[in-house]
Amino acid sequence: MQHDAVIDYERQMGMENFHPSLVRGPVGAAADPAGEGRSPAPEPKLTARGVNFYYGSKQALRGVNIGFSPRRVTAIIGPSGCGKSTFIRLLNRMQELVPETRMEGEILLDGLDIMSSACDPSELRKRVGMVFQKPNPFPKTIYENVAYGPEVNGVKGRNLIEEKVVDSLKKAALWGEVKDRLKDSALGLSGGQQQRLCIARCLAVEPEVILFDEPCASLDPISTGKVEELILELKKDYTIVIVTHNMQQAARVSDRTAFFLMGELVEEGDTERIFKAPRDGRTEDYITGRFG
Amino acid sequence: MTAAGAAGAGLPVRARGRSKRRSLAQKLGFAALGACMAANVFFLGAILFFIASRGLGAINWAFLTQVPRDSMTAGGVAPAIVGTLYLTLGAVLFALPLGVACAVYLTEYSPKGWSAALLRVGVNNLAGVPSVVFGLFGLTVFVKYFGFGVSIVSGSLTLGILALPVIISASQEALTAVPQSVREASLALGATQWETIRRVVLPAALPGILTGVILSVGRVAGETAPILFTAAAFYVRGFPQSPMSEVMALPYHIYALMTEGTHPEIQTRIAYGCSLLLLALVLSVSLIAILIRQRQRKACHAA
Repeated sequence: MQHDAVIDYERQMGMENFHPSLVRGPVGAAADPAGEGRSPAPEPKLTARGVNFYYGSKQALRGVNIGFSPRRVTAIIGPSGCGKSTFIRLLNRMQELVPETRMEGEILLDGLDIMSSACDPSELRKRVGMVFQKPNPFPKTIYENVAYGPEVNGVKGRNLIEEKVVDSLKKAALWGEVKDRLKDSALGLSGGQQQRLCIARCLAVEPEVILFDEPCASLDPISTGKVEELILELKKDYTIVIVTHNMQQAARVSDRTAFFLMGELVEEGDTERIFKAPRDGRTEDYITGRFG
Repeated sequence: MTAAGAAGAGLPVRARGRSKRRSLAQKLGFAALGACMAANVFFLGAILFFIASRGLGAINWAFLTQVPRDSMTAGGVAPAIVGTLYLTLGAVLFALPLGVACAVYLTEYSPKGWSAALLRVGVNNLAGVPSVVFGLFGLTVFVKYFGFGVSIVSGSLTLGILALPVIISASQEALTAVPQSVREASLALGATQWETIRRVVLPAALPGILTGVILSVGRVAGETAPILFTAAAFYVRGFPQSPMSEVMALPYHIYALMTEGTHPEIQTRIAYGCSLLLLALVLSVSLIAILIRQRQRKACHAA
């Protein structure tokens, strides 16, 4: 039965029974020929195994195991301080910029341990892009903002860079609004436009995974709608992880949902299933609004 | 009755009295602040008027373009103007890269422990060292030890050290003011820390750094003590020929005219002319820097 298959898959994904085959090997279109959201997801692109994280002596994450599949949106939900932002920032090693922190466990990108010395953080961040909670465009022009990524990553040639800028702005559904003012300051854009610019900036580097850390936290409902639409569109090409404290948003944009509580991954599974039939009492309490 | 009036009428009598007292206190406070401000403007205006009224008479085209003649009683002060420009330029050229580099290290790289704190204290104390001490230091180190002699180079380096703390602390402030989120944005795009600093953080901090330069130029151009033993001469024939030559400089020229002159009457007038000139020079440098800063700001921020 379809339902059982999903549950089996979740058992595998969710907790201890990690099989190495799940994380090794290239992830290609062949892994998900039908490309359907409901079919068992393709092999995860990005996998966390037994992740603990400490701020000084305070433990912020406890034994997190989770996999993120290509062409899927995984939402991470949970109350403030549950470790969801900390966790997502580990996936591109942004968290190591915070002094006096320590991580245990493994995070694998296509089987490569991103914490190993073989993995250069700059190279990793090129492959795993991030959109932040508050729009953070550079105090430069709109064009320069998007061109920055390709430039620092060694793309040469003005035409090639321009092509990437235009392409990224189109993908981020911002092109129509800014095509006549590319030389204007990015800080003149509205909050929602700035956030889409940050998404375009991220796309220009051509990442494989995009991490969204509460991307709509500072946006109005209309801008939020646009960003959500965009996320659904980007799903076709990228592995997407989105942290949100907004459960409706998780329900709208994600295929899978992970619920964090006090540094623990309580439950992870198909979004519909998580919202309709949570297995853990704590998940149910949170979803029904008993706390958080 | 207006809504505000209705609200006031609704208050108990005691509360109305208190609100009256508070508004009186506020008025008094503003008046006191305004008076302080006026005093400030008055002194500034008085100084400008005093210098201008006495110096303006001395200034003409010949004063600006000719070399001094008849033992400083006639001719112009062109070599001193040029000398001051050279010394200031030299000091900024030396102190700007060094100061900015130091600030970048302190804010972006240095571990946030006691060593960085110690360095910071050191920089701040450097700002408190009397300028004549810098002069002696320059004499010992640049003039004697490095053998640069009494020259533009020695004077510029000495003035540069004097300017360093101002440039460092202004740059540090400007760098700290760049939001962390912008650094994160750059790093998250795969830029290295150095690329982030060079391409994002420094450009964003540039207006603030320029402020430091403006302040230091004002200070450096007017300093007398540091160049006393390291660069300045009372009289040099013609214009400086090389970076290794002695120079005349406006502040020292004023000092010399007022202390060693043989014709006090005429020389006092020239000294005031020089003062006015020095003031104008510093103001115009500041003005240029402010204009650059404004343009930078406009380019960076929303129109």
